[in-house]
Amino acid sequence: MTFLSDSALERLREAADQPDLSGTRYRLLEKLGQGGMGGVFRVKDSTLEREVALKVINIADPGLSARLLQEARVIAKLEHPGIVPVHDSGMLEDGRPYYTMKLVQGESLDELAEEIGSIADLLRTFLRICEPVAFAHAHSVLHRDLKPANIMIGPFGEVLVMDWGLSKLLAGTAASDPLSEIGTSNGTSVSLGTAHGSVLGTPGYMAPEQRDGESVDPRVDVYSLGAMLEFLFKFMPGVPAPLAAICRKAKAEDRSERYASVTDLSNDVAKFLDGLPVSVYREGFLARASRWIRRNRTWILLLLAYVVMRVLLIIFRPR
Amino acid sequence: MNKPVLGLVLGGILGILDGLTAWFTPAVRSQMMGIVIGSTVKGLISGILIGYFAHKVHSLALGIVVGLGVGLLLAYIVCAMQPGPNHYYFEIMLPGAIVGVIIGYATQRFGQEHAQ
Repeated sequence: MTFLSDSALERLREAADQPDLSGTRYRLLEKLGQGGMGGVFRVKDSTLEREVALKVINIADPGLSARLLQEARVIAKLEHPGIVPVHDSGMLEDGRPYYTMKLVQGESLDELAEEIGSIADLLRTFLRICEPVAFAHAHSVLHRDLKPANIMIGPFGEVLVMDWGLSKLLAGTAASDPLSEIGTSNGTSVSLGTAHGSVLGTPGYMAPEQRDGESVDPRVDVYSLGAMLEFLFKFMPGVPAPLAAICRKAKAEDRSERYASVTDLSNDVAKFLDGLPVSVYREGFLARASRWIRRNRTWILLLLAYVVMRVLLIIFRPR
Repeated sequence: MNKPVLGLVLGGILGILDGLTAWFTPAVRSQMMGIVIGSTVKGLISGILIGYFAHKVHSLALGIVVGLGVGLLLAYIVCAMQPGPNHYYFEIMLPGAIVGVIIGYATQRFGQEHAQ
């Protein structure tokens, strides 16, 4: 009897992991990542001759298959520059469903945050994360797994919200909304992440009500965005008090104390960036004056220069 | 408010203030009215020229340089027009230059791009 070496076993395991793409127009290039539900691969589309990302579940399980297709449909309906577009979907010969999407070349926020630099740049990135999330909420979709690892930053600074595998379509979606067609034929909400009654999400970024398996609403993503803002604090030289207040409000344990929407949260962050007062922080006179001076620094310097020049001319005027 | 109008308003206000400071120079106090009118007209002309430039060219650095140039040039013309031996070059051209810079900065930073 001969034994296989560890490396040979490893190669066999890798080969077994790889999806059989025969019968599709895609050719496998490499594995990009592995999640709880399935793997993502870089593949070549032989028809259009371009590289795309292909997501496929690990095992042919009806529940997982439904979740993957649901995820693909949700993303396909959410056409936004901050959400990776889905190109195609289909079924492998072994019965596993897959979908392909734009191949995003970039790094995740947790890898890149340190390089972003200034507080203003970090907050601008944060605002660009809020945009697609607010867009999804406007279409009654909750992400429910927002975390730095799920934010991709492309080579040209484009910000993309990835991994909608735990997304949830809210109940009561208007009939005119195209998303209402997704899996809501019986009028009930479809929860991709809790289809099996389990609690899914990422500790530290998951809102208490999500952790406790209660009903969720857009404030569940507000909490995750607050946690993400807190993550960005680690890369700031100091956290300004108004910004800390924004984070506390977004991450309130009791959802009734959180921002009612992502738009409210992003408005406050944008106001802070513009040097304006934020809704959740009452500042004293000195803080207000200092903010006003910072905001109008150039004006003040120019007028001061004018006044100083005038005073000097009066003092040293010819007698 | 579009950029030329912003320049006009700012130039007018700063021109009036500029003229009023002549009160601190007793030698010319008797000519206050003429100085204020002249200074205001100079401010208005500077403002509209610099504002028009800001409307055409969007560059903070260029706007400030052009503001400085227009302010200096108009102030020089005013100095050259002064009767008598004292032309007050320093006293008129320095404020004129700073006013030009302020208008140049303001019209580049503020004011609508196009009049609707």
